[in-house]
Amino acid sequence: MPSRSGRSPRWLSPVKIALFLVCLLPLVRLVMLGMRGGLGANPIEFITHSTGTWALIGLLLTLSITPLRRLTGWTFLLRHRRMLGLFAFFYASLHLVTYLWLDQFFDLERIVRDVVKRPFVTAGFAGFVLLVPLALTSTQTMMRRLGRHWQQLHRLIYVAAGLGVLHYAWLVKRDLTQPLIYGGLLGVLLFFRLPPGVNVLETLRRRRGQAGV
Amino acid sequence: MPIRPPFDPVPPSEITPPDVYRERRRFMQGAAALAASPWLGGAGTALAGPKLSGVRAGAYRLDEASTSYKDVTSYNNFYEFGTGKSDPAERARSLRTRPWMVSVEGEVKRAQVWDIDALLKLAPLEERVYRMRCVEGWSMVIPWVGFPLAELIRRAEPTGNARYVEFVTLSDPARMPGQRSRILDWPYTEGLRMDEAMHPLTILAVGLYGEVLPNQNGAPVRLVVPWKYGFKSAKSIVKIRFVEKQPLTAWMAAAPDEYGFYSNVNPKVDHPRWSQARERRIGEFLKRDTLMYNGYGAQVAHLYRGMDLQKYF
Repeated sequence: MPSRSGRSPRWLSPVKIALFLVCLLPLVRLVMLGMRGGLGANPIEFITHSTGTWALIGLLLTLSITPLRRLTGWTFLLRHRRMLGLFAFFYASLHLVTYLWLDQFFDLERIVRDVVKRPFVTAGFAGFVLLVPLALTSTQTMMRRLGRHWQQLHRLIYVAAGLGVLHYAWLVKRDLTQPLIYGGLLGVLLFFRLPPGVNVLETLRRRRGQAGV
Repeated sequence: MPIRPPFDPVPPSEITPPDVYRERRRFMQGAAALAASPWLGGAGTALAGPKLSGVRAGAYRLDEASTSYKDVTSYNNFYEFGTGKSDPAERARSLRTRPWMVSVEGEVKRAQVWDIDALLKLAPLEERVYRMRCVEGWSMVIPWVGFPLAELIRRAEPTGNARYVEFVTLSDPARMPGQRSRILDWPYTEGLRMDEAMHPLTILAVGLYGEVLPNQNGAPVRLVVPWKYGFKSAKSIVKIRFVEKQPLTAWMAAAPDEYGFYSNVNPKVDHPRWSQARERRIGEFLKRDTLMYNGYGAQVAHLYRGMDLQKYF
């Protein structure tokens, strides 16, 4: 049973609301641009790229919580990880719906062919599929019910993020700059989960402590 | 053979006046400035060109609505100015189109360096409304102004060895910021077989919508080959070289398994990574089926008779 003292201090709740609103900004921007006719010559491409980018950023932000906590010791960060993860899933869903609806118009035959035949679609779709069980098991109840299996299951986010980067890299025509930036960041975040990376973070944290920061 | 217009041949430049667009754009920019945030604005600026005089309506027209001037001039692939679609409109201002020389050389009896202003008077300018299909899966309808490339080729008097024509784009990293990164092996080169280059549909374009070609669209002179994917139509040309062997084009050098020499629009031959069966016409909601040879099969299919189009993509 969770103890009373384990509940969030009251000041966390405005933070949570603020974070929620910040996470909504990319969508608000799309809607505003859409109403102003500011989505450019190819609005559907704009929406597709934007939602895909924010899904990927959401995943990277989610993955940055653990290393940040190790570096700073701020455990309250962990309380916001779920929202970041769910927003990543939210933008990934918008991205998928844009593809299914605005790009393929729910033409099931074409969609299936695309998923099977086009490696970049396969990677992106697989990444999304992996995120579904994570979103479904993100509640407190499911965390408790799954126990230690919960963490094992949620390691799928590493694979999903990797597939997201691959999806991006495989679709660009020539300029790999952007996918490489996301891939590099993902690499760094994953490194800080391996023993040598964890050591680096903990050494840095100890030094901070000694410096009296 | 020219396509007969099944409708009233009013030049599209008179149907969709660019001034109206620009007026609206000025208003939009004001609104965007009010909204303040560049993250919420991001509207690329189109450069306006002076009107070209003496342009006659050409024989090649389309019974399809032309893509708006704004979209034609703000959504471009011109990697010399960056790989983003709005980069050319935002950055091509730095390109200087005067003085400009075009060297016609190689296997010709009359090699010549043309001054752009002389080149503009080489043949009567006509308006040609063509479909433009990008290899990425989107398309436009563009009212170009130009003249058949064949006019220039005839004056150059190619020798019997001239079997291909190579086109070279300006190399100027100082004014073309995209050339500072090694996305492609600069300068950009393209090529056509002699019969493709001589084909009446193939033009050198110097304008669009009745106006001087905006920088982001390949000023001052570019190729337009409407039955091929857009990247075949080299922009900002400085050299036209007649050669005996098939030239290596910039995209073939970059990714030979993805981009072939011919690159004819073909819905049945997919790009290795995506389908070419359909396209999004800019300005339309639903996708359309891509047409064989981009709808110019009646005029060009004979050029490729007997060729395996899967092999010669």
